[in-house]
Amino acid sequence: MRKISIIDYGIGNVLSVRRAFEKQKADVEFISDADAVMRAEKLVLPGVGAFKDGMKELEKRNLVFAIQEYCRSDRPFLGICLGMQMMMDESEEFGQSKGLGIISGNVIRIEDTAIDGTYQKVPHVGWNALVINNIVENTILEGIPEYSGVYFVHSYKAVPKDEKYRLADVYYGGRKISAVLRKGNCFGTQFHPEKSGEIGLKMICNFINL
Amino acid sequence: MKNIRLIARLDVKGANLVKGIQLEGLRKIGDPNEFAKRYYEAEIDELLYIDIVASLYNRNNLSDIVLNCTRDVFVPITVGGGIRTLDDVKQLLRCGADKIAINTAAIKKPELIHEVAGKFGSQCMVLSIQAKKTAGGKWEAYYDNGREKTGIDVLQWAKQGYELGAGEILLTSVDLEGTRKGFDLELVKAVSDIVPIPVIACGGMGEAADFVKVVNAGHADAVAAASVLHYGHLTINDIKEKAFLSGINVRR
Repeated sequence: MRKISIIDYGIGNVLSVRRAFEKQKADVEFISDADAVMRAEKLVLPGVGAFKDGMKELEKRNLVFAIQEYCRSDRPFLGICLGMQMMMDESEEFGQSKGLGIISGNVIRIEDTAIDGTYQKVPHVGWNALVINNIVENTILEGIPEYSGVYFVHSYKAVPKDEKYRLADVYYGGRKISAVLRKGNCFGTQFHPEKSGEIGLKMICNFINL
Repeated sequence: MKNIRLIARLDVKGANLVKGIQLEGLRKIGDPNEFAKRYYEAEIDELLYIDIVASLYNRNNLSDIVLNCTRDVFVPITVGGGIRTLDDVKQLLRCGADKIAINTAAIKKPELIHEVAGKFGSQCMVLSIQAKKTAGGKWEAYYDNGREKTGIDVLQWAKQGYELGAGEILLTSVDLEGTRKGFDLELVKAVSDIVPIPVIACGGMGEAADFVKVVNAGHADAVAAASVLHYGHLTINDIKEKAFLSGINVRR
């Protein structure tokens, strides 16, 4: 099954996500209504920008319940960047706002200081190395070498309540940040696989083949 | 410590990749997307496209070039030159740009920074500053490719840009651009230390050691190179190897 449904909800650079999947020979469609989400075989939720705006756009299109239902069916799901953060229960970005609640936990701001007390720049922008925590067979990280560099750009981080959902982390200022979350067939990447060169394309290929 | 990014800067005029010295005397070099693809394959960390004559004509000509680029290139792409409105930004993002660099329009209307950041996120709003050294050990911001003076102090402008919501600063030294004489280390350090957002040092890269200097002495978060890459004086690997051997983290 090479059919991929990408949710286009007016946020972010959806074209790059499409191109990356097409490069890996997927049959891609953009969707933006609840029925199409329910029918999807493999669903991708991209997104950049603010949490609250992202959720608002999903709500406006009646997509929240549909995505939750889709994820309950354990079909493959991939949330990218803001798309991953929205998988959590809630975020503190611009006041508390509710997320999709696919993985329990919250989204908090990256600290302005590193673990040794020195000041660090936020957003966390650039290529950083993946530290893999868990068995990666049958996940999007299958065949991805430890410490592979991937591209991040974010000011907030997802903190799942249960550590077992952290498939890979990244270290910034000596603290770990969730880089890949996994619950069953639902995956989230804080980084942008579609902007992470050949390594990112390999993860996209893995997702297509789930 | 996070990785320092190496960015290839592609100045475009019409359909051609061009390069000047101190932003003047443009020479045609080739097809920008052929260079983009080659740099992607050599593991460049990011690409930066600038429509170098766009401000003169009040429009950005890069949509098609970027649209084609995204078929082969899977690293972040920043686009700048002649971007004046939220619609311009939207159009370029839809063509596959990840970030937008704005200079002229931001100087004329600083609130544009706030509007772009508010609508598309700070991560997408790169404030482009063209800095020229002035007599008193300061720098003045220029626009229209270093042609027009503003009377604005670069450090104050950088700070204001950050406060308005810029997510990164692309800092070009007009004095050293295209000269291959090395970066203006004092300029880069002054700006990097005054804003809590990443600063991309641009203008002057001549040898791999310049990368090391601008990171160590200038505190740059990212480094843009053009001439040295386009003319083949250095490869991406030469620069990253030198950085790595000097103890700087780079993606390899």
